[in-house]
Amino acid sequence: MLRNLWRQLTSMRVALVLLFLLALASLPGALLPQWSLNQSKTAQYLLDHPTLGPWLDRLGFFDVFASPWYSAIYLLLFTSLVGCLLPRCWEFAQQLRTPPVAAPRNLARLPHHARVEVTGTPDEVAARIDAGLRGWRRTVRAGGATGAGAASDGRSPGSLVPRSPDSSVTVSAEKGYLREVGNLVFHLSLLGLLLAIAAGRLFGYEGSVILNAGQDLDGNPSVFCSSSPANYDNFRPGLTIDGTDLSPFCVQVDSFHAGYTDLGQAVEFDARVQYQAGDEVFSDVWHPANLQVNDPLRMGGERLYLLGHGFTPQFQVTWPDGTQREYEQTFQPENGDPNFLSSGAVKISDPPGYVGDEVREHQLALVGLFAPTAWLQDGNFLVSVFPEPTDPAVAIQAYRGDLGTEDGTAQSVFTIDTDQVDNGELVELDRANLAIGESMTLDDGTVITFTGFREWVSLQTSYDPAQTWALVFAVLLLIGLMISLVIKRRRVWYRIAVLDDAGSESARPRCVVHVGGLARTDQAGYGEEFDRLAALPDRPVEPGARSGR
Amino acid sequence: MVNEALARWSDLAFEAALAGYVVALACYAIDFAARRGAVPTEAEAASVRIRQAARAGGTTTLEAPGHIGTVQRRTARPMAERFGTAAVVVTVVATAANLLSVLFRGLAVSRLPLANMYEYASAICAIAMVCWLIVLARTKARALGLFVLLPVTILAGVAFSVLYVPAGPVVPALNSYWKWIHVSTVSISSSILLVTGAASVLYLLRSRYERRLVADQRAVTDAAAAPGGGDVFPGSVTSVAADRSLLSRLPSLASLDRIAYRTAIVAFPIYTFALIAGALWAEVAWGRYWGWDPKETCAFVSWVLYAGYLHARATAGWRGRPAAWIAVVGFASIIFNLFFINMVVSGLHSYAGLN
Ligand code: HEM
Repeated sequence: MLRNLWRQLTSMRVALVLLFLLALASLPGALLPQWSLNQSKTAQYLLDHPTLGPWLDRLGFFDVFASPWYSAIYLLLFTSLVGCLLPRCWEFAQQLRTPPVAAPRNLARLPHHARVEVTGTPDEVAARIDAGLRGWRRTVRAGGATGAGAASDGRSPGSLVPRSPDSSVTVSAEKGYLREVGNLVFHLSLLGLLLAIAAGRLFGYEGSVILNAGQDLDGNPSVFCSSSPANYDNFRPGLTIDGTDLSPFCVQVDSFHAGYTDLGQAVEFDARVQYQAGDEVFSDVWHPANLQVNDPLRMGGERLYLLGHGFTPQFQVTWPDGTQREYEQTFQPENGDPNFLSSGAVKISDPPGYVGDEVREHQLALVGLFAPTAWLQDGNFLVSVFPEPTDPAVAIQAYRGDLGTEDGTAQSVFTIDTDQVDNGELVELDRANLAIGESMTLDDGTVITFTGFREWVSLQTSYDPAQTWALVFAVLLLIGLMISLVIKRRRVWYRIAVLDDAGSESARPRCVVHVGGLARTDQAGYGEEFDRLAALPDRPVEPGARSGR
Repeated sequence: MVNEALARWSDLAFEAALAGYVVALACYAIDFAARRGAVPTEAEAASVRIRQAARAGGTTTLEAPGHIGTVQRRTARPMAERFGTAAVVVTVVATAANLLSVLFRGLAVSRLPLANMYEYASAICAIAMVCWLIVLARTKARALGLFVLLPVTILAGVAFSVLYVPAGPVVPALNSYWKWIHVSTVSISSSILLVTGAASVLYLLRSRYERRLVADQRAVTDAAAAPGGGDVFPGSVTSVAADRSLLSRLPSLASLDRIAYRTAIVAFPIYTFALIAGALWAEVAWGRYWGWDPKETCAFVSWVLYAGYLHARATAGWRGRPAAWIAVVGFASIIFNLFFINMVVSGLHSYAGLN
């Protein structure tokens, strides 16, 4: 029973069905939003489909490639593969040690067949053929070895019958064993590739962080060190990663430059960074490097990528008590705006000059837009007309009151909690469009000045110890595939019998040679080669030709 | 930055190519429609016999007649023959124009012209046509031309009317040599698979037709065997059916199968290579070599389908029609990936990149 199940599982038919299941099961991964790729899109989908969505979620359709059913399919497929490969490796090793199979009874029934008459004794002809089959695995068998020679030849058309069945000689040859090697390499590499991917999932991790370029308001560079997952804005560990022994490196961004065409299409992104890795961390050794799109920084196993960029407007606030303070906050590029209109919120939770509960009542939020090249649509609405910061401006709405940051719920850094506005805790004040150097004054005398901006870059680090192995197996897979598709496994047999030619009593004996050819896979392309093979018995004997066996 | 004159030449050449494809399509259609309902060639006759044997409970398969010579048919009428020749000539000229258009576009923008869907579609048309001309030169299966030209002309028309974008530079995210290697190999393999797909569709049509032929023949034999049924001449029904159906003008099952298989085994390793190159590109661009992005996922599905196709051809009971179906579905998945995924489900691959 179990044995039968195993045989079923490792049959080509089941392998094929599993392949199709794999293809089918992958489709929802392409058609439905996936948590791992786009959380907000997935959440939106759930909101839009309140009945279907939760069910799909429960069944793993928004995380297809980690779902149990997907795993089940590919694990079954690979079990089938192993069960299929091991016996095939064994069988192949056997075949390499045994001579090519004996000629079938009737060569005329093979897809390729020919009949030629030549001069020479069967042994001479066999030697000729043998010499011509260099590069083939071949064996010459004396007549009668198959015990079928006479019967089959007797059926062939024509009046010429071999003198005696025992005088016939057969040559069997086979070529293209490399095809099987290629096929085995291909399938084994698939297995290796799966293991490499699995290793990456276990031991790798990814993290991303946003870093401002240049120096902050106190003149210090922003430094990011990868020593702890907590330093990342977003950290996605592999299954065995607990974050305790990440190989550390530190990086700071000196400057960032984006180049554009006149039409505003980006042509170049370039971040100048400095980094230290390994033992250098926390020392004074820094290495300069350029980080570009499609050109990551590689530090040992860690890789650092430039993934995005944006703007960080800076403000100066003069509080009613006369204190001046500087604030800056990364803004987020508006979805899909090619001209980098960005939105964000500066949240000031510790206004100076207040104590106790007053602090909560006088927290300040500057919510609005940043445009690198500003244009006031209809004289009032801020838009951006070019992605480069040639004429930056902000449109700011000020709020005062309780930001609601103390109740413990996490807030987005880019927006304020609108519930606080709705319940009256946070009061809407003035709004204004400000160019660099311009100010607005609030009702209590607070002066807000837009002083400038910095650029930020979003960086990603990736670590995958097995990715080189994945590449090795992928290349082996390709090589194996090409070998197995190009090389044809083919066989040819010659049955040589003496012609009982009573008519002419010439000195030289004559033979009839039946040739049969079979390609084990696709027949196409064997035809021409077979014609050449069929001509072999007639070739002149080369000097020194061995009667190889 | 952009050489406007060359860009204009490129556009003109593409228009010429599109016009050429339309004319060629018409010529192929006339040639095809005017072909005589052929007496089944040796191969067709053999395949009918085999199918009959199979139905009668025999075990012979289509693979059995291994040695299949060049397909000989009775020639078509002279007038139609001329249209057939014209179709080939126009195809050659239009293909040349298409290639020139791709070349000029590349020179105009000093990069590989595969940065947006227009350029991509144009390249696919050009390469598919080159592939078709090679197949034509090798197999003389001109009747297939109509069915290769049909998707190519549609694709070229869509490229011209919907996808067109003027020549311009690319965003940095697309500026990686792995990307160029990846996209050019994807387009080359997709183009070749287009021929595989066309041959497989025809295989399915043709095999339906042949099954009907077998049914007819059996009806005749049964009628002849029945008492008093001697007035039906064996073969007469066959030739009527053969004459009536356009499908009789298709190349034989064996040639269609061979064209599909041989193009597939050329395209599949190229496609595999393209996926590997894509993974290498993803590694330098996005920080991981595989991330199940919709485009990646769909490409994986296509790859698995074609792996299934090759498997099916080595699996008893799956050769012939099931395998052809798989090739058709595989090609559909490639087209789906090109249009639906690019335009509707956009992932990282949306030709938008970082900015
Ligand atoms: C992991 C999924 C698999 C994939 C993607 C796959 C893919 C392929 C491909 C592309 C080929 C054609 C290239 C060549 O001949 O080397 C092939 C051939 C072959 N596969 Fe697989 N395969 C898989 C699993 C299996 C399994 C489970 C079996 C055993 C049941 C198997 C047995 C074979 C055999 C016998 C051939 C040779 C067919 C021939 O002689 O033409 N494969 N496979």
